[in-house]
Amino acid sequence: MTKKSFAFPYLFWMIAFTVIPLLLIAVYGFTDRSSGAFTLSNFLAISTKEHWSALLLSLKLSLISTAVCLLLAYPLAMILKKTGTSRTGFIVFLFILPMWMNFLLRTYAWLNLLDDGGILDRFFGLLGIDYRSPIGTTSAIVLGMVYNYLPFMVLPLFNVLSKIDENVVNAARDLGANSVQTFFRIILPLSFPGIVSGITMVFVPALTTFAISDILGARKVLLIGNIIEQEFSTASNWNLGSGLSMVLMIFILISMAILNHYDKNGEGNAF
Amino acid sequence: MKKTILTASALIGLAALSLTGCSSSDKFPNGVVKVYNWGEYLDEDLIAEFESEYGIDVIYDTFTTNEEMYPKIEADPSLYDVICPSDYMIEKMIQNGLLSPLNYDNIPNISNIGESYLEKAEDFDPDNTYCVPYTYGTVGILYNTTMVEEEITSWDVLWDEKYSQDIIMQDSVRDAFMVALKRLGYSANTTVESEVAEAAALLKEQYPLVKAYVIDEVRDKMINNAAALGVIYSGEYMICTEENEDLAYVIPEEGSNVWIDGWVVTSGAKNKENAEKWINFLCTKEAALANFEYIGYATPNMAAREDIDEELLNDPGIFPSDDILDRCEFFLYLGEDADNMYYEYWKQVKQQ
Repeated sequence: MTKKSFAFPYLFWMIAFTVIPLLLIAVYGFTDRSSGAFTLSNFLAISTKEHWSALLLSLKLSLISTAVCLLLAYPLAMILKKTGTSRTGFIVFLFILPMWMNFLLRTYAWLNLLDDGGILDRFFGLLGIDYRSPIGTTSAIVLGMVYNYLPFMVLPLFNVLSKIDENVVNAARDLGANSVQTFFRIILPLSFPGIVSGITMVFVPALTTFAISDILGARKVLLIGNIIEQEFSTASNWNLGSGLSMVLMIFILISMAILNHYDKNGEGNAF
Repeated sequence: MKKTILTASALIGLAALSLTGCSSSDKFPNGVVKVYNWGEYLDEDLIAEFESEYGIDVIYDTFTTNEEMYPKIEADPSLYDVICPSDYMIEKMIQNGLLSPLNYDNIPNISNIGESYLEKAEDFDPDNTYCVPYTYGTVGILYNTTMVEEEITSWDVLWDEKYSQDIIMQDSVRDAFMVALKRLGYSANTTVESEVAEAAALLKEQYPLVKAYVIDEVRDKMINNAAALGVIYSGEYMICTEENEDLAYVIPEEGSNVWIDGWVVTSGAKNKENAEKWINFLCTKEAALANFEYIGYATPNMAAREDIDEELLNDPGIFPSDDILDRCEFFLYLGEDADNMYYEYWKQVKQQ
């Protein structure tokens, strides 16, 4: 048994479940649906008005939810850094706890909370307040994205912040920096890898989601993920779906490239 | 020492294998049948009944839409033996050589299926070569009588601003376009681009009024009083009224879609005879009755109907009468180009 043979299962795993599926997508993406001949039309289809505006809407919503996640998660990670270790573990545990449940169920729970005839509707009804359900709007989708992906922002931020040496912070204080200066000159730059990692981990799944927009968007809002999903499930056009998902992959590759640029040591990785 | 453990465990493994091998062939001497059906479209107790009665192991999988099922069978027609698609999809599968003609010698219970339904099925399956009807029904409007006071006769109500954000549409291309095309007085099977474009414009006009486009959730939303009007398959209506008495169902005057779902055998079926036994089993009076009670979709099985309540039989929402059916049309398979055209227009409807 050489050390190399230990790598075999992983190699098999990667080939069977990453390389081959990607090749299949490429084959479908580059071929014509009816003739099977080589074509670029499945890629160029992104330029049609419907696909392009769905892609722009996806970019917009995922950027908004990434920003909201960052604004919510950074103060929390700072607080976690300051509290005692035993309590920190508990709070992080509370954050991860919902992830033990399937994310579709949690998203359906939001639907039941927010929908007409749902819990919020009945609650406001009792108070005599007219309630307008946000279901079917882009704000409901942003809410779903923030809710589902917030832990992916908290964990890398917490990870990187807790690794900052207290002595560095104390040194800054000794040299006369006030707390604002310490934050902007010391803590923020040192936590940058965590920020970049968190952004990528929220932005990528938010950009590709179709389940959240299906459930909370009442299928009224078409994101690029929905278009791709429907090409596979209802339009039976795997070629177009593959072409569009490869276009989407280009956007993901760009964000990965940004991550690698800023986070060379992989310090910000959450797991 | 290590070797002995290895040999021992290998032996145990082999013994276990041969044991399970024995018991499964004992229990199922007649092999397997691979069934591919809609979700929640069979009283699943029937599977065990079929297995013990015929000694055939049933491998049962489900799909959500015809369109999801089709590419799988197209890629490998031997993946399943017996499938239950809808009319237009059966037509498409026949045209593309994915089905195998039925041997009616193995399906004597076909005599239970009403003659008129077999005749109707010839619209998409000439001479009933490939398909045995399983359920049929219409598409109509389910509405909440506490929220809608007027009597509904037309699809127009789905464009009434009074019901803004209280309307639920089907998130399926053909169903959604059928509603608009029928309202415009066109055929639901039109391939004339100007007519499809006109219907798309009408659906776009409707978009701000629609609360949600749904596939299966229409049932829950209507039962929970979350909407006033919903476009729905007739089979769902019976279940909905059992849960919420305020719901009523109407098939608009302009006409609608009538559909038949039927069992077919794939061209690549490895267990064709078992597949036909499965179809024959579902054509028995008892199985059809159990299924009717479980899924609530109208059955073309005349023997089973003898035991169904008169009241249900006379409910046009469940068993539409012939004059209603005459107003309705089947979806036909329109070909890939026309399908694409519908789908492209459908994507435009949902642009904000």
